[in-house]
Amino acid sequence: MTKNFLTEENFVKLHRVIDAHKDMQGPLMPILHEAQHIFGAIPIEVQKVISEKLNTPLAEIYGVVTFYSQFTLEPKGEFLIGICLGTACYVRGAQQIIDKICELTGVAVGKTSADGKFSIEATRCIGACGLAPVLTVNEDVYGRLTLNDIPGIVQKYKGAN
Amino acid sequence: MDFYRSHVLVCGGTGCVSSGAYTIEEMFNNALVAKGLDKEVKVVRTGCFGLCEAGPICIVYPEGSFYSRVEQKDVERIVDEHLLKGRIVKDLLYVDKAATVTDIQTSISDVTFYKKQKRVALANCGVINPEIIEEYIAFDGYQALGKALTEMTPVDVINEMKKSGLRGRGGGGFPTGLKWEFTSKSPGDIKYVACNADEGDPGAFMDRSVLEGDPHCIIEAMAIAAYAIGAEKGYVYIRAEYPIAVKRLGIAIAQANEMGLLGKDILGSGFNFEMEIRLGAGAFVCGEETALIASIEGERGMPRPKPPFPAQKGIFGKPTVINNVETYAVVPQIILKGADWFTSFGTEKSPGTKVFALGGKINNTGLVEIPMGTSLKEVIFDIGGGIPDGRKFKAVQTGGPSGGCLTEAHLDTPIDFDTLTALGSMMGSGGMIVVDDSNCMVDFARFFLDFTVDESCGKCVPCREGTKRMLEMLEKITSGNGTMQDLDKLEELAYAIKDSSLCGLGQTAPNPVLSTLKYFKDEYIAHVVDKKCPAGMCQDLLSIVIVDGCIGCTACKRVCPVDAISGEVKQNHVIDQAKCIKCGACIPKCPKKVIVKQ
Amino acid sequence: MKSLAELTKLRDESLKRVDLRKERKGTRIVVGMATCGIAAGARPVLAALMDEAQKRGLKDVEITQTGCIGVCRLEPLVEVYKEGEDKVTYVELTEEKARRIIAEHIVNGHIVTELTIGAAK
Repeated sequence: MTKNFLTEENFVKLHRVIDAHKDMQGPLMPILHEAQHIFGAIPIEVQKVISEKLNTPLAEIYGVVTFYSQFTLEPKGEFLIGICLGTACYVRGAQQIIDKICELTGVAVGKTSADGKFSIEATRCIGACGLAPVLTVNEDVYGRLTLNDIPGIVQKYKGAN
Repeated sequence: MDFYRSHVLVCGGTGCVSSGAYTIEEMFNNALVAKGLDKEVKVVRTGCFGLCEAGPICIVYPEGSFYSRVEQKDVERIVDEHLLKGRIVKDLLYVDKAATVTDIQTSISDVTFYKKQKRVALANCGVINPEIIEEYIAFDGYQALGKALTEMTPVDVINEMKKSGLRGRGGGGFPTGLKWEFTSKSPGDIKYVACNADEGDPGAFMDRSVLEGDPHCIIEAMAIAAYAIGAEKGYVYIRAEYPIAVKRLGIAIAQANEMGLLGKDILGSGFNFEMEIRLGAGAFVCGEETALIASIEGERGMPRPKPPFPAQKGIFGKPTVINNVETYAVVPQIILKGADWFTSFGTEKSPGTKVFALGGKINNTGLVEIPMGTSLKEVIFDIGGGIPDGRKFKAVQTGGPSGGCLTEAHLDTPIDFDTLTALGSMMGSGGMIVVDDSNCMVDFARFFLDFTVDESCGKCVPCREGTKRMLEMLEKITSGNGTMQDLDKLEELAYAIKDSSLCGLGQTAPNPVLSTLKYFKDEYIAHVVDKKCPAGMCQDLLSIVIVDGCIGCTACKRVCPVDAISGEVKQNHVIDQAKCIKCGACIPKCPKKVIVKQ
Repeated sequence: MKSLAELTKLRDESLKRVDLRKERKGTRIVVGMATCGIAAGARPVLAALMDEAQKRGLKDVEITQTGCIGVCRLEPLVEVYKEGEDKVTYVELTEEKARRIIAEHIVNGHIVTELTIGAAK
């Protein structure tokens, strides 16, 4: 990732968020959600700011950030492909779908491609079990998948910018 | 004009939205305007209808016509034919696979999927627009809160809940009334109510549907609980993976505040109550109540030893009632219609109804709500429509990663908390995954263990280390390297983890293994002794062979990427197992279909 | 909102708007709205029925449309199904006649005999 996401503008937003939340009880989780949203990740630089303003040890904040799977230390790719590995999707063949996507994008599960275009994740049940197997690309949801659908979906985002 | 002659209900649940419901809704609105019908026909976005498999779903009232898998090109026909001329578009109606007659079902109330259900928690889902508080109020919304505040004392409320026998729908099955009583009697000025909406069991999505389809009922129920125990603040801890539910609950809370149904001096009773949403961040263990508390407080979501129970020392150290979404969803109706009404459904020890999420190898995947005590067979074959593609029912998994499998022999079992536990499974939150004869049970157990290993928080050793060792053993077995000793060790370790883990996650994690070992031991033995996977799922144990009937056409030989197939033209061909990479490319090429996986 | 009475009042008002989706009971008024009906002027009749029902705040009355009822020459045509009564078919309606049906038949329970199919030639 070459894009600089630790911009001054983002830090201004972060300060505003912390000020708005710091007097509530248990402010850390809501602030981290906002920080993840603003920066697309919560790297150590961001954690330090939160630590100082909340007067909470950095180690504790790092502990919380790394505990929850929705918080990341590094930003994700432009297109986050999430393949649902809930039980319903799994018994309907989600594993083969993952293998196919990894093959077509050349990215392993949990990794981001070198050009920052794709990240692939095996996600927890997204609750669209009626459409299993399901995958998401950012906000778009694709359901009732067969292996034949995959090349078209990947191609759609490969061409997009 | 408020009065419309017809309502088109478009499902706005996650399932249908994923299959394009919003576009359909927009097209209906456009088409109605174009035809000048927009003053007569109203389009309403509702919560989940439950039959997600058939989405996007639209229902046209007053006829109750149930249109399924509605595509963009169908919208115009429904508008032209049904809404303008009053002719139901029969070929677009839902085809009832479970119906004995081949008649097309013209009304939703005739569809078998709904006939055997009793919708209590889901009563409003798919009927009201969840983003309009007046619609909830029209269906008696907030009347129960009004009744509690004006006619009942907190003790009356608790007694009514105890009398109803309602047991927690999140999995534990603890009596809700008792939980409220304990919390109300705990000393302290400040108390909290909390709603556990961190629905994490893969394959269960009833809580999401309630929050999406009827968010106000959760607000009303939490307010009632708060009144009963003496709390003034409520937290809803909800998964961040459910954006639609988060949004609609947020809208509902804002509307209730505006109407004075939340806030100070509610309905002139002097009772104050406010609510706050807290988002989870993708940790399954936070569904455990003490971990949920830790997470709300801003810590890693790790469970704490009990006692003290949340009723004594909960959020920010104060006495707290925590119930799950589905439990809260039935509270207003119990208060309004009385405990006797509620106990008229279900069994003696498990009164009421329960929502199940049917998934896996079943025709009607979706949400169903049935009276407790309904048999598995009725749920899977009558409501669920049986197994697709003519395959054979093998097992049904209930209770997610904490539960176990039930087999054909258990199909007549009436479902309630106690019967399922007695059979080595559990109710859990109500996921019900059906597997057929093409699913390998050892691999299925491995799948759940893989989940638990990933989600174990790491606080206690039995769960952190033990589940990992169990997973390793299962991987050894599915890759064909297992021994009979491994099976014994697996079982021994499973019991050790059950006995010594700190929280519910670890204590129940071995269940999928134990129940498959109990009912499908022959499959484990086949993997270990014969080095075969009877279901043909475990890649390492498969071999692709050419059976009798080869005509020597060479089609397979030409497609093989590693030259593993040998044989002369018009002679029998053979696959060299040492070279074969099991890609399966040859299988579809064979004109005689004699290449098979074994 | 400051009292249960206010809440109940709001419920009763809101109920009118969603009544349609509840279990079917009460009166059903069906307007023939096939091509022939529309051509003969069924649409203003339907609008008048709805308007009148709305003005009078009628509950448990469902106004819906159907396809061709089969006697195209007598369109616009309306059928009224009241609980416990036989179906009544009104023919050759206009907006004024439609309003009369609501007032006399639906509200007061007197069938408007001269507008029924039996009275038509």
